[in-house]
Amino acid sequence: MALIALLVLVAGITLLVEELPEVPPPPLSVLNRSLATEPESLDPHKVRTKQAGDVLRDIGEGLTGYTESGELIGTGAERWEISEDGLTYRFFLRPDARWSTGDAVTAEDYVYSFRRLIDPATAAFFAEVLIDVENAAAIISGDAPPEALGAEATGEFELTVRLARRVPYFLSLLTNPAAYPVHAESVRKYGEAYARAGNLPSNGAYKLGNWVIGSVIELVRNDMYRENANTAIDAVNHHVVTDGVAELNRYRAGELDITSNVPPEAFAEVRRERPGELRVSPYLSVYFYGFNLTRPPFRDNAALRKALSMAIDREELVEKITGRGEQAAYGWVPPGVHDYEPRQFFYASLDKEEREAAAVRMYNEAGYGRDQPAEIELRYNTADVTQRIALAIQAMWRDVLGLEVKLINEEQQVLLSNIRAMQVTQVFRLAWTGDYNDANSFLYLFRSDSPSNLFGYRNEEFDVLLEQAANQTDPTRRRFFLEEADRVLLSDHPVIPIYFYVSKHLVSPRVRGWGDNVLDYHYSQYLSLAAKP
Amino acid sequence: MLRYALMRLVGAIPTLFLVVLVAFLMVRAAPGGPFDTERVLPPEVAANIERAYHLDESLPQQFQRYLFGVMRGDFGPSFRYSDYTVAELVRGAMPVSVRLGILAMILALIVGVAAGLLAALRRNTVTDRIVSAIAMTGVSIPVIVIGPLLVLFFAVQLGWLPAGWSGGRGASRWVMPVIALALPQIAFIARITRSSMIEVLESEFIRTARAQGLATASIIRYHAMKPAMLPLLSYLGPAIVGIVTGAIVVEQIFGIPGLGRLFVQGAQNRDFTLVLGLVILYATLIIVLNLIVDLLYGVIDPRVRRT
Repeated sequence: MALIALLVLVAGITLLVEELPEVPPPPLSVLNRSLATEPESLDPHKVRTKQAGDVLRDIGEGLTGYTESGELIGTGAERWEISEDGLTYRFFLRPDARWSTGDAVTAEDYVYSFRRLIDPATAAFFAEVLIDVENAAAIISGDAPPEALGAEATGEFELTVRLARRVPYFLSLLTNPAAYPVHAESVRKYGEAYARAGNLPSNGAYKLGNWVIGSVIELVRNDMYRENANTAIDAVNHHVVTDGVAELNRYRAGELDITSNVPPEAFAEVRRERPGELRVSPYLSVYFYGFNLTRPPFRDNAALRKALSMAIDREELVEKITGRGEQAAYGWVPPGVHDYEPRQFFYASLDKEEREAAAVRMYNEAGYGRDQPAEIELRYNTADVTQRIALAIQAMWRDVLGLEVKLINEEQQVLLSNIRAMQVTQVFRLAWTGDYNDANSFLYLFRSDSPSNLFGYRNEEFDVLLEQAANQTDPTRRRFFLEEADRVLLSDHPVIPIYFYVSKHLVSPRVRGWGDNVLDYHYSQYLSLAAKP
Repeated sequence: MLRYALMRLVGAIPTLFLVVLVAFLMVRAAPGGPFDTERVLPPEVAANIERAYHLDESLPQQFQRYLFGVMRGDFGPSFRYSDYTVAELVRGAMPVSVRLGILAMILALIVGVAAGLLAALRRNTVTDRIVSAIAMTGVSIPVIVIGPLLVLFFAVQLGWLPAGWSGGRGASRWVMPVIALALPQIAFIARITRSSMIEVLESEFIRTARAQGLATASIIRYHAMKPAMLPLLSYLGPAIVGIVTGAIVVEQIFGIPGLGRLFVQGAQNRDFTLVLGLVILYATLIIVLNLIVDLLYGVIDPRVRRT
C-alpha cells in the first residue's frame, strides 16, 4: 500500500514538474485580448469568421484598411487611380512594405494571392470578395484558368485590377483579409502547413509566434513592418474564450485587457461597477425575423407581414430584454453606414397606441381577425436572448392581434438548414452583419439572384434600382438609387428588423488609443498600454 | 491472462466498427453542414468547397473513404481547422487531457480513500458526519457550478490562481481544473471506501484478528485494506469514464486546450472528421481502460482469475 502511495506521489510530482519551469518573460508591453470563437485558420484564403479577421488584421495588411475610428485608408497601397468608367483600378504600392522575411511586398505578390483566392483548388470561403474582377466568376466555376484573372502587375509596385462590372465599394471589399497578400515562396514551400507558426510570413504589424489550438494565439512584433517605429505594443495574445462569463472573470482577474463582448446577465452590474471601462458602440448588424415568402401564409400577403411587424413593441424589447444599448430597428440598414440615410417604416413615428391600432387594421385587411386568427410558426435558434425575445413577441402578437404563434426552437445549424430548404419555415430568426461599410452590404442580399436571399424575395423594381445604383459614378446619385431600393424593400416588408446590435467591450483603463467604430475592428497596432499601476 | 487480454482486444474490433458506423451516421444525420453560416455562398464557391472535402460524394462513398483512411491511420483533415489534420489536433490536445485526468484521478484517490477511511474508523462520530456531508455535497453539486465558483474566489477575489488556462503559466493553472474535476470523484470514492471498510471491519475474520489481540492499525493495514479496496477497484472503470466526461466540462470552463474542448467545439462546428476521430479515440480508450481494470481486479482477487 505504501508503495502504491509512493508511486502515486512520484507520478503526481513528475507530471507537475514538467510544467514547473516558470520563467516569466521580460516585461515587454503585452496586450491580452480575447476571441469569442477560435479562428479556423490564419491563411487569409481559408478564413471564414470575423474572429479570424481580427487576428489577420494584426498579422497582415491588404491594399486598403481602416483607421481606429473606421475610416478607409490605403495600407499596402499608398494611393490609387480609378478610371472614368470605374472599371480599372491602378494601385501604387508602398515600396517600403516588407514581409517579415525581409522580402518586399510587390505587385506580383498581390497578383499571385488574388489568383490563389479564386482558384477552385483553394476552395476559399471568401472567394466572393473578388468575384466582380474580370473573369473571376469563370475561374471560380472552373471555366477559365486562374491566370485569366483581371489583375496584373504593371510595375514592381504597381497593380492594375480590371472589374467586370462597376463595384463602387470595391475599395471597402479589399479591406477583407481574404484580399490580403500571401507570401508566394512560402506557400510553395510549406503547402498545407503554410499558415502555421514558424512558417507563416507576415506583412502586418505583428507576426505569428505560437498558436495553442483551443487556447491562445500569440503574436510578436514584426520588426520588418513599415510602421514598426510607430507600433507601441510588443506582443499581442489573442485568447480564445468562448464563454462570456469566463471572459468577464478573466478580465476581472486582470488576465485580459480587452474583452470581445459583455455577457447579458452581467451587463447591468458591469455598467454600475466599471462605467469607464465599458465601451458600447453602434455596430453594423441587425437582429431580425425573416419571412418565407415562397409559401403561405406569407406569400403575396404583405399586409399580414406588416401587421406582425407593427404589433411588436421594439422599444420594450431593447429596454427590458437586451438592455445593452441596442437600438430599436424601424428599417433594414443600420444607422452609421457610410454616406447613407437609412429609410424607415412609415409607422416608425407613430406612438404605441396608434401603431397597434394600425397593426390591427392591417391584420383585418389581410383577412384575419380575433375570431379568425392566423396560424403561424416562429423558429429561432436555441439561446437565452433569442428565447426571451421570442416569448415577448409571442405575447405582443397575442395581446395586439389575438393570434397564438407556435414557438419552435432549434439548434443554430438545424435552423439554418431549415431556412435554406424553405420548406417548413414561416417566420425565422436571423441576424445579418455588414461585411463592409456600405449600404449595399445590407441591400444586396434581397436581390433575386443573391445566394443569401433566404426569403424568396423577388422584386424586379428593387433589382433594377440596385443595378442602377451600381452603375452610377456620382456618389450622390448612387446614394439616391440605394435609398430608393431601400424604400421599395421596406414597403414589401420581407423581414421584420427588430433591433440594431451594438458592439460591447470592456477595455482596461491602461489601454490607450481605443476608437469605437461601426465595423468593430480594433487593430492592435493602433493601441498602446500605460504601465501597470 | 495474456490470451484473455488479446481475446478481449480482438473482440473489441466489431464494437469499434459499430461505433464508427453509428457515429458517422449520427454526425451526418444532424442537419447543417460545417460550412453553413448565415451567409450563403455563391453556388460555384460552395461547390468548390464541397469538392475539396469530398462532401459531393454519396454517403456510402464517403464512409468507405473514411473507413479506409482510418484503417491506414489517416483520420482526415479537420473541417474546421483547415491547416491541420485530425491526428495533429488530437496529438496536440491529448497530453493536456491525459495529464489533467491523471492528476485529478490521483487527487481523487488520495483524498477520497483517506476521507473514506477516516469516516469508517470514526463511524457515527462528528468526523464521520462531516466527511459524509462534504461527500454528499460533492456528489450533488455539478462541476459547471463548482468551476466558476472556484474561479470567482481564487482568481477574481484573491488573485492567487489564473482564471483561465492561457492566463497563467506553470503549475498554477492546473490547480483549479484538477480540483474541480476531482471533486465529484473524491465524493464517490470516499463513500465507497467508507461503506466497504465498515463492511469489512464487521466481518468474521477481522473479529478473529481483533480477538487475537492485533493492534487496530495493523488490522487495517494487513487485513482490512485489501478486501476493502475491491469495490473501489471496480468503481475505477466508471470513475475514469467520469473523469473523461467531466473533463469536457472542466476544459470548457477553464479554457483548457484538451480533447474535451475539441469535442464540444467540433460538434458545434459540425467538424465531422474531428468528432468522428474523437469518438473512435474515446471508444478505444474506454474499452482499453475497462480491460485494464478487469485485469487489475484479477491481480488483487485471485478468485476472479479463474473465471
